[in-house]
Order: sequence, then C-alpha cells, then structure tokens
Amino acid sequence: MLNKDDVLHIARLAHLDLSDTEVEKFSAQLSDVLELFSKIDGLDLKDEAETSQITGLENVFRADEIKKYPSLTDTKTSELVESAPIHSGNEIKVPKVIEEN
Amino acid sequence: MDLNKLTISQASKLLENKEVSSRQLTETVLDWIKKIDSEVKSFVTVCADEALKAADASDVRRKAGKTLGPLDGIVMSVKDLLCTRGITTTASSNILKGFVPQFDATVIKKLKDAGVVIVGKTNLDAFAHGSSTENSDFFTTHNPWDLSRVPGGSSGGSAASVAADECLGSIGTDTGGSIRQPSSLCGVVGLKPTYGRVSRYGVIAMASSLDVIGPIAKSTKDAAMILQAIAGRDPLDGTTLDAPVDEYVKNLTSSIKGVKVGIPKEYFASGMDEDVAKVVENAIETIKKLGGEIVEISLPHTDYALSTYYILQLAEVSSNLSRYDGVKYGHSILRENQKHSLEEVYFKSRGEGFGAEAKRRLMLGTYVLSAGYYDAYYKKALKLRTLVKRDFDNAFGKVDVILTPVSPTPAFKIGEKADDPVQMYLSDIYTVPINPAGVPAISLPAGFVVRDGKKLPVGVQIIAPMLGEQKIFDVSNILEKELNIFNERAIS
Repeated sequence: MLNKDDVLHIARLAHLDLSDTEVEKFSAQLSDVLELFSKIDGLDLKDEAETSQITGLENVFRADEIKKYPSLTDTKTSELVESAPIHSGNEIKVPKVIEEN
Repeated sequence: MDLNKLTISQASKLLENKEVSSRQLTETVLDWIKKIDSEVKSFVTVCADEALKAADASDVRRKAGKTLGPLDGIVMSVKDLLCTRGITTTASSNILKGFVPQFDATVIKKLKDAGVVIVGKTNLDAFAHGSSTENSDFFTTHNPWDLSRVPGGSSGGSAASVAADECLGSIGTDTGGSIRQPSSLCGVVGLKPTYGRVSRYGVIAMASSLDVIGPIAKSTKDAAMILQAIAGRDPLDGTTLDAPVDEYVKNLTSSIKGVKVGIPKEYFASGMDEDVAKVVENAIETIKKLGGEIVEISLPHTDYALSTYYILQLAEVSSNLSRYDGVKYGHSILRENQKHSLEEVYFKSRGEGFGAEAKRRLMLGTYVLSAGYYDAYYKKALKLRTLVKRDFDNAFGKVDVILTPVSPTPAFKIGEKADDPVQMYLSDIYTVPINPAGVPAISLPAGFVVRDGKKLPVGVQIIAPMLGEQKIFDVSNILEKELNIFNERAIS
C-alpha cells in the first residue's frame, strides 16, 4: 500500500510535479495495480535465468565510419535545433546548472 | 461501387487494370472521412494535400509503366506514433502536441517506397498506454459498430479507420495487445509480427523489449501484403532480425489439413464472456471441419504472465519517457518564460505535459526499478519472462499454431473502465503473454455478439513460433474464408 509520502517520493524520482488531487488519486490507484502483482510474491525463482530480450542477437555493430543517416540526408541541422524551446545558431540552450562563486 | 470499402487486394487489381486511379481512390476516402469522422474520430491529423499529391505521383508512375508494386496508389492511415517528416506526430499526447518530425520512420519510408498514399495519422491512447483510446490527451475514438463503445486500444484510431472504411489498411503498434485487441473489438485483421521483424526506427518508444509494428487490414491477405512491404532488417534498428522476408501472399496454402492447432486450457479457465466463448468455440469447430487437428495444450505460467508483462512494460516505459524533459522538443515551460531552473523545467514541463495514465506508468515503473523493490519486482519479472517464453517453446514442440480468444469481452462502453486502471489492464489478459515471448500473433474476426441490439465483432488469436508469420497467414486466410463474416460493413 502506497501512502501520500511514498507517492511524493516516487514522483520526485520520476521528475514529475503532481497536484494535491493527483497525489490523493494516485496513491489509491497505484496501490491497486501493485496489488495485482501480489500473485508473484511467494514464487521461488532463485535458480531461473533472467530474460531481458528474446532475439538472441548480441553485439550488433555497424562499421565505424561517418555516415549521414539515410532518413536524414535532406534534413538541415537547423530543422532539428528549431524543435528546442531555446536555441541559437546550431545550439540548443539550457538553463544554467553551475553557479559562479 | 464504394472504392473506400474495397480491400487492398481488390483495389490493387482495379488500379492495375487502370479501371480506377489512385486519385479517385484517395478522393473517395477523403470525402468519406469528411462525412463520418466527426462521429468516429479515428484521425488526429488528416493530410489531404500530401495524400492527393502522392496519389497523382502514383498515377503518373502507372501511366509510365513504372509502378512500385501491389501497394502503389493504395490509401492507408498510420498510427500517430510513427514519425512522418513534415507532418505533425503527437503520440496523442499534450507533451508532443504540434511536434513536427524532421525525418520519416523506416516503416513510413518503406510504405512510401512501395507507393502507398498516407491519408492521415490515427488516434491512440497517449504514448500507446491503454486499451480504449480514452487515454488519448485529445479525444476518444468511437467504435464504428456502436458509437457509444470504445474501439479498443491503443491502436484504436487505426482499427476504427479500417473498420469504418476511412482507409484501405493501417499501421499499428503492439506492446501487449495494442494491434490485436482493437482489431478484435472493431472486426478487422491485425497482426503483431515477431519481435524484431519490423524496424522501429522513428517510432515513439513505449517498452523497447516488447514493442512491435504491424498491419491492420480488412483481410488476412491484405495484412500479408502490408507486412511484406514493411518487414526486414534495418541498420538503423539494431534489434531487427536478419532472416529473409517470405513471399507471404504467393506462399499462401490452400488447405490446413493436418495442421496441429493447440488450445491452451489456461485461456479458457474463467472470466470470458459467454457469447465470446461461443464465437471462439465455433472457430475451433470450423478448424476441425477444415481438417485441422485440435490438440489440448498447457501454458502453465499464464497466470503470472500479466504481472510479468506489466512490471517489465512499466519499467521500460518509465525509462523511455525520461527523454521528454522540456529541453529538446515538445511541451516546455521554457516556451513561456526562459527564467526557470533546470529542475523546474523538468518537473513542471513533465507535470503539465503528461496525462494521468502516463504519470501512473512513469511512477509505477520508477517504483519497480527503485532501490529496495528492484529484486522483488523487476528482477523477478525478468526471470518469469524465461518461464513464459519456455511455455511457448514447449507448446510449439507439439503444435504448429495456438488458438485463443483475443479479448475476454466485446467492445465495452466509453467511460465504463476509464478511471479504473486495474480493470483496463485486465482487458489485455489474453494478449499480453505473447509479447514477452516475442512470438507473432494475429487477431482474426470470427463472429459477432449482440449487445443493446447492435452487432459487435469478436476476434480469435492465432499464435505461431518465432518468424512463423506464414503459418499464421495460412491458417487465418483459410479460416477467414470459411467463417465469411466480412460481407457486412460497420458503417454503410
């Protein structure tokens, strides 16, 4: 069961601002979903291997050469940069994270 | 003749014989969308100008004897989760509202290379999180068979657009049933291909170890035609398989005599609507009549598959959604006011931009990956995935394909489960075990049930081993002809 503090803690980890109503609603709803998973609580799986993907593909590399993505051959850098809220020239700008002392 | 009501293979023949042009086909579809889409609401974006331009180009090619194949000039819709150069791609989410991609997804490029006319982008549960399109941040799509009901989801707009004849075929994505469940609820054919069969480059990611892209169509043959055009290895997606793509349509068999069809007893244990059960039983009887051999099998870990699927999916969702940070693209508080700290930009842009279901999944995923819970949830789910996969491997040692229901109920009412995530998650109970196993599966319309005096379609699911798409098409194609339920259209 998740209480309000748990929800706020998870929201903080997930980088999410929540309203008070959301915190209230989510603590009940998230608890219900976790309850759904209680089925697997008692299972002993110590000796089982983990499966994170099923293709069996390993180390898929490409040749180490500079190549334009085929789907981007006629795309200008400026087009990509202009999607960002703040940009100048070919650069995306972000708020300052290091303070001068 | 209503051109928009044709199957792809029918229209392809008419185009080939120059009895109709792609422009005629495209105009008919656009007129029909204009007439009915205010009620069905399949489309987030209709791109009429681009579509007519593509249609004219197709007609010019045909006149010059330079057609690009059987799909040249065919009108299709695409789920708004696939990036389309110059055309808004939103994932039906506020955080990507107005986002215009600078490139085409590989699947879009392949469709264009095959001459397909893309008529619009279809609605979905935002970021493909849901089973009804009610989680779309924009609006809910309506089921063409009964407008008061959901079309299923998350590819609900795609399935509805095919069922309502607003296109000839569509592209959906499937992470836990998002092609198959809406196909069942809308009475169309939807294939979830083998994991890695179709490139995901340029498709907005939901859960990367589970996501696949596949066709939604008016017949098995049409689905096979579309898959053939979009399948294959892509250097831009390292998870794509190098196996050759079969000539699915050419190879279709004319008989299923002796084909072993497994019926997993766990899928028939409880919880299925009685009328739905009758449709599935009728499909099983029909297979027997056609000479198929019915074999009772067991997938013993079915009971754990739902938890396995949801834990892995939620974890991967929380990771994939971290890219929406208000810095690179999409909704951002920086667009209003540049004087914010980086942390404010993250928290507020995401808090404003994500809808309720995306937030729920983000938090649940973060929770199952967080210190103290990782072993109990995520690690355990990875181990259970081994068992779920082994169930299918063992079963396919005994049978050629497996037949199950797709959804425990027909289309439910809009609003019925909208604020109850657990009930919504349970509506995927027969489709979610397939994705962790990676195997392909189709939803084929198999009959109708009647609710409130209206006929509602019901599908059956046919599952094959890895890369067994041909086997699925063979069985589905023959079963489809025998069941013969495609004469009726949802909206006439």
